[in-house]
Amino acid sequence: MKALIRLFGAASVLAFASSAAMAEGELNIYNWGNYTNLDMIKKFEEKHDVKVNLDGYDSNEAMLAKVKAGDTGYDIVVPGDYMIKVMIGEGLLEEVKPNEMENFKNVDSQWVDVWWDPGRNYSIPYQWGTTSFTVDTTVYDGDINTLALMFDPPEVLKGRINMLNDMNDVINAGLRYLGYGRCNGNQDELREVLDLLMAAKPHWRTMDYATIEKLTSGDVDLSQTWNGAAMRARAQRETLQYAYPKEGFTGWMDNVAVLKGAPNLENAKLFINFMMDPENAAMTSNFARYANGIKGSEEFMDEEMLSAREIVMPEDAPEPDFVTPCPQEVVDLYNKIWTRLKQ
Amino acid sequence: MSAPPQNPALAAAIASTTRRERTTRAALLAPALLIILTISVLPLGITLVYSFLTPGTYGGVTWEFSVNSYLQFLFDRDIFDDTLSFNPAYLSIYLRSIGLALGATLGALILGFPTAYFIATKPREQRNIWLFLVTLPFWTNLLIRTYAMLLIIRDEGIINTVLMQIGLLNAPLTILYTDTAVFIGLIYSYLPFMVLPLYASLEKLDFNLVEAGYDLYANRLRVLFHVIVPLAKPGIVAGCVLVFIPGLGAYITPELLGGGKKLMIGNMIAMQFGASRNWPFGSAAALILMTLVILVLLVYARAARRKEAVHD
Amino acid sequence: MTEGSPAPVLRAFRRRDLRAMPGFKAMAWLCIIALYMPLAVLIIFSFNDNRSVVRWTEFSLDWYAKALANDGIRNAALVSVKIALFATVISTVVATMAALATTRTRGFRGQGLVYGIINQPLMIPEIVTAIATLSLFALIKRLTGVTGVGYLMMAHAAFCIPFAYMPIRARLETMTLTMEQAAADLYATPLKAFALITLPLLGPGIVSGAMLAFVVSLDDVIITLLVAGPGETTLPIYILGAIRRGITPEINAVSTILVAVSVLLVVLLFFVQRRMQR
Repeated sequence: MKALIRLFGAASVLAFASSAAMAEGELNIYNWGNYTNLDMIKKFEEKHDVKVNLDGYDSNEAMLAKVKAGDTGYDIVVPGDYMIKVMIGEGLLEEVKPNEMENFKNVDSQWVDVWWDPGRNYSIPYQWGTTSFTVDTTVYDGDINTLALMFDPPEVLKGRINMLNDMNDVINAGLRYLGYGRCNGNQDELREVLDLLMAAKPHWRTMDYATIEKLTSGDVDLSQTWNGAAMRARAQRETLQYAYPKEGFTGWMDNVAVLKGAPNLENAKLFINFMMDPENAAMTSNFARYANGIKGSEEFMDEEMLSAREIVMPEDAPEPDFVTPCPQEVVDLYNKIWTRLKQ
Repeated sequence: MSAPPQNPALAAAIASTTRRERTTRAALLAPALLIILTISVLPLGITLVYSFLTPGTYGGVTWEFSVNSYLQFLFDRDIFDDTLSFNPAYLSIYLRSIGLALGATLGALILGFPTAYFIATKPREQRNIWLFLVTLPFWTNLLIRTYAMLLIIRDEGIINTVLMQIGLLNAPLTILYTDTAVFIGLIYSYLPFMVLPLYASLEKLDFNLVEAGYDLYANRLRVLFHVIVPLAKPGIVAGCVLVFIPGLGAYITPELLGGGKKLMIGNMIAMQFGASRNWPFGSAAALILMTLVILVLLVYARAARRKEAVHD
Repeated sequence: MTEGSPAPVLRAFRRRDLRAMPGFKAMAWLCIIALYMPLAVLIIFSFNDNRSVVRWTEFSLDWYAKALANDGIRNAALVSVKIALFATVISTVVATMAALATTRTRGFRGQGLVYGIINQPLMIPEIVTAIATLSLFALIKRLTGVTGVGYLMMAHAAFCIPFAYMPIRARLETMTLTMEQAAADLYATPLKAFALITLPLLGPGIVSGAMLAFVVSLDDVIITLLVAGPGETTLPIYILGAIRRGITPEINAVSTILVAVSVLLVVLLFFVQRRMQR
């Protein structure tokens, strides 16, 4: 019993000690897990004499649920494109005016007037990439640039396919294969999508986010995936090739933004400016393996990134499709399809 | 459940201390009830309220009363003429989850009972070592252990390699990404939840009764089922409840080992609070699950009570 | 049911073979092997030279160096252990008290309700508790202005209570009142009887309960994900994030270190206990 009491005492002392550690000069960053270069964080800490706390989340929606409840204590978040729009609409982001900051001149003009934050009053580019699929060219040596490989696979790929466990990514790919528009509320077209997905499902082995393991372990030979993940997977399985399907593929961008009511607003602004420095943006790219949208960062980037097929799109590839958030009726329909599919 | 007083003097003594007893009991219960009421039951009230509201844009709720969430569980509302048609999708997700959780509970009991019994009949000094051996693997994270499990049952995994090398198989067994994998994974994840309460119960077992049993029947199987199992019942019940309920809401194991092609209750509910943006339906689905669990517990409790009455 | 008096050595000898059940030993060993296989794989791959957690290439200690140098992983592991310790202590103490109240006093009205409330955290999927707890905590934070790791610890303590309570109650139910009554007959105060008789007998139940609580807290993903504030990333949350971007054997290395530390701790505890008993 005495030991228990002592243990209890020690635990509560620890608890208080850690909450008392909230000193001045802090910055609380909430980013996707394993997506931040810690060397870059160290550099920021040294340059501005600020202590950074870094935590990770695993989906835009989990982050939103938490931020919506309020008082998270975080300053910086890194939402995806559509989520930036949602969060601005819900009044969850601080209008920090990155477009008036010193380093804003480095932002590639292509990424300034984006639909999720026109003129960049709230956010700046962090990383951007595409969602398509990658396939082992020794297993299948035909033309890989078509979504037919996922929805009507050749014999050698049947049962050797991993799809992302993501409602939007799977349904959007189906819509593209059938030539229908995204955020589609047309019931007949969606019924066709459901039939397509149901017919293709027996050929899929798994539906999982852990695409790199699935590919490198040899569980599957084709996986729907993000371009940076495809590059990481290729490092371990050289015969993988990332596809740019002619029917189209998703483009996305994660953006650095400041939460409304951020406890360390000034440090957050410093961080936004810091992240627009080409050298710092390149540090992130070298770690996460995606492009960053900051001009001049190329000269600090790893050699192999500059020539990789996953990063440098071929001339004849279609433009990536940045999908806007869908209205609730459409989400409800998607949800029905998804539930049916996975029933 | 306290034993009835065994002699009149004691009964009188207890009667005189009834009031003190009540105060003590209240004081003992207060902290646990306080913590659970504020941190778990109060939120449950919030969930109940949510389930009768309308989903908000991009998650959350809007304050508009609706029973749609409960209708949605069994029926599809046609968008054009507002008629309802039966939709078995959610029901079948529930049934599959219940089946898997029941199977895992049974599996864990079949594996766990002999293990707990074996440990409980070891000499006292050795028991703690065995207990430690059983719990040690669980000090590493479940996610990581599930990953390791995946390495073992994979097509080119350890089990298949070994079985093929000793010639028992000539083609690998496909276990990974099937319901079997989820079943194995669930048993593995929750086995200590079965062994520990069973052990706590068996360790106190009065082996005089076992001996008496042998004197009367002299048959191990009968002693096991007529003496040991009834005496260990509190442990068995605790173990089964501790495996069944988390198994029912399991999230990570089906996702990793099942390959994610089929939804389980846990994943389906989690989805409603994420990409599906339908908190009221998620709340309703969760409350339906909870009602099911409570029903199972009530039916069990009633059966147990009736059995006790018969024995008296 | 009567309490067996400590059996004389001779009788114990005669009885040992009666206690044994055929096949149970084999089953127990099967259990242990099944439980340890994933652990063995995990440890083996932490020494793998490759970036892959799947294919073995060559022995190396690189991942340990990397894991120890990785602030993110190290902090996450420390946070996990800290929260689990706190939650275990709170939930075990509180659950022991509740178990005594529900078994060591006579049946009372509302007993069923009390059981229901104590086991409630078990009955509802974590994601729902998580969302609802999050809303509640946000409200409390706004009203009181108090922030800190305390919220996460209390949330963990709450769902650990039923896990700690079950084995303790199971143990109490199989313990008869004879010894305590004997103590009472010898004019021991209830507190004394409790400290000298009940608590030692209850020991295995409490240890089981505490271990369960610790493990459950250490493994929690969903509630932590939503309730945790800045700097409160636990190991499971870290790993969950890593899975999406590709897991590396650094995580195996950290897990191996955790296992090693816990073995060391428990072995130490074991020897200290033995020394004190002498």
